[in-house]
Amino acid sequence: MISISQHHLDEISRHGEQEYPHECCGLLLGSFADDGRKRVAEFLPISNAREESARHNRSLILPEEYARAERYARTRHLEIVGNYHSHPDHTAVPSQFDLEHAWPTWSYVIVSVREGHAADLRSWQMQDDRSRFNEEEILKGF
Amino acid sequence: MPVTITIPTALRQYAGGQSEIEVEARTAGEALDSLTSKHADLRRHLFNEQNRLRNFVNVYVNDEDIRHAEGADTPLKEGDTVMIVPSIAGGAMTEDKVALEQSDTSASLPTLSHEEIARYSRHLIMPEVGMEGQRKLKAASVLMIGTGGLGAPLGMYLAAAGVGRLGVVDFDVVDESNLQRQIVHGTKDVGRLKIESARDRLSDINPHIKIETHNTRLTSENALELFHDYDIIVDGTDNFPTRYLVNDACVLTGKPNVYGSIFRFEGQASVFWAKRGACYRCLYPEPPPPGLVPSCAEGGVLGVLPGIVGAIQANETIKLILGGGDPLINRLLLFDAWRMRFRELKLRKDPACPVCGERPIIKELIDYEEFCGLKQQPVAEQFSEGERMQEITASALKRLVDDGADVQIVDVREPHEYDIARIPNTKLIPLGQIVNRISEIDPSRETVVHCKGGVRSARAIEAMKRAGYQGRLINLKGGITAWSDEVDPSVPKY
Repeated sequence: MISISQHHLDEISRHGEQEYPHECCGLLLGSFADDGRKRVAEFLPISNAREESARHNRSLILPEEYARAERYARTRHLEIVGNYHSHPDHTAVPSQFDLEHAWPTWSYVIVSVREGHAADLRSWQMQDDRSRFNEEEILKGF
Repeated sequence: MPVTITIPTALRQYAGGQSEIEVEARTAGEALDSLTSKHADLRRHLFNEQNRLRNFVNVYVNDEDIRHAEGADTPLKEGDTVMIVPSIAGGAMTEDKVALEQSDTSASLPTLSHEEIARYSRHLIMPEVGMEGQRKLKAASVLMIGTGGLGAPLGMYLAAAGVGRLGVVDFDVVDESNLQRQIVHGTKDVGRLKIESARDRLSDINPHIKIETHNTRLTSENALELFHDYDIIVDGTDNFPTRYLVNDACVLTGKPNVYGSIFRFEGQASVFWAKRGACYRCLYPEPPPPGLVPSCAEGGVLGVLPGIVGAIQANETIKLILGGGDPLINRLLLFDAWRMRFRELKLRKDPACPVCGERPIIKELIDYEEFCGLKQQPVAEQFSEGERMQEITASALKRLVDDGADVQIVDVREPHEYDIARIPNTKLIPLGQIVNRISEIDPSRETVVHCKGGVRSARAIEAMKRAGYQGRLINLKGGITAWSDEVDPSVPKY
């Protein structure tokens, strides 16, 4: 389960619309509760490092950017709890590509952007054995 | 020594919830092994089924990516921090690191026609290649040195893969003895220029690519200019002078050198790219003494071997263009076709390398024939005036035999060569046994020594003289090949 404020959800959707028809991506900063629940306190939009032609269906956060985000998070006493990206003209369901490149524990928030307008937004977490993603509940606002 | 490993949040639950773990290790690889032996669940998230680090897992020692240092062998000092850094939705990671400069923006990549899309569909449906990769292939240019055993599969696969511009350098013509392995040429091509035969075959495989033929021997005079025009150079040559020339010219022009070599049943392959790792001279600073390593013409080669090694070169070339996977940089692949075994050696860039080291002394191309010791006087002239090696031509020998002269002929080839072709009334003593069996040769009679082409027999004569043989020894000039040409065409040439 992940809790994100309505404001952050709107901003993530807006980022997806801005980048359309390309994919957007970013990191979610917050904290893990003892029960594994994640709480998002901030989000960091990241420039999509994929080359132009691949941006419509691939997003990438470079390790350098991750390392920078990690250092920034520490100064704020936060942790990286997940990331988000958009699926232009596609459902908000993780692809095989997403699964193959996924990290455990983290939330994978996906926003579907259709014809430039954010439609549905869902969050997923990879099962421990790397076999699939399970949808997780988004708790809005706190 | 004690070092600290930092664990990304995503993996902490597999590391007992800790964000930092101290381990004892001398290298980055040891540190990861030590970590995953303590926390076994981490392993499947860091390593794939082949036990390689997953391509979206990056490992930094302090601030440096170990991919830019010595990989798993990157040494650690006490107090170093090993950071596991995720690249998210990666796959493109290695791409960005290894990709050739030519393909930095995809906007400049050529587009694919509908025909090309249909042709390359098996590439396009793999995300590792995809549209972008196929367009990179189309934008790429590769120069192949040689269209022989290695160049044949190499050229055919690169053409089939859609490498947009393929240069081929060769000066030779197709000979019947090439067809056992040089599958780019056919029986109808015997006597034609290899580059023309190869061009016809390659454009038949793929009419969408451009093939540029260079009917010339690669030399110190033309290499830099030729290389300048291509992204990647692939070395399919069979001799040391050209191999050093290709290496040095690649270092001087900053191009990757996709290397392959073959002999009998054994092959080698690597990617020498001085910008990112070892070059050929880091591995072999000096050539072997002339004659120590025989050529394929002397030692033979299993026909399928260059097929395998050339295909590995094609594979590495394509990966360099795509910018993905693990290239053979700093790795020397050894293949034994007889035992069917692959082995791998790690290579290191040599800081003292004369061409790519910290203080290079070779700043322009040199005379590689001389460097490889091939400009020495021919064997026959190495003898001082009094003991100059005597030679006889095949037709003169034939006249002697016909006139009934008392001459014995010693064949120093191997028994399997003797089975292929022989000169009548000869005694077979292979070169390796000549000294031990010297007593079988009667020093009171004149002796003509022969082999396939005249080189081994000259060596046999030297060895016998050193061993104290007192009789008269005469070398058959041009060996049994000359015998077939001048005396008896029914003796097959091989």
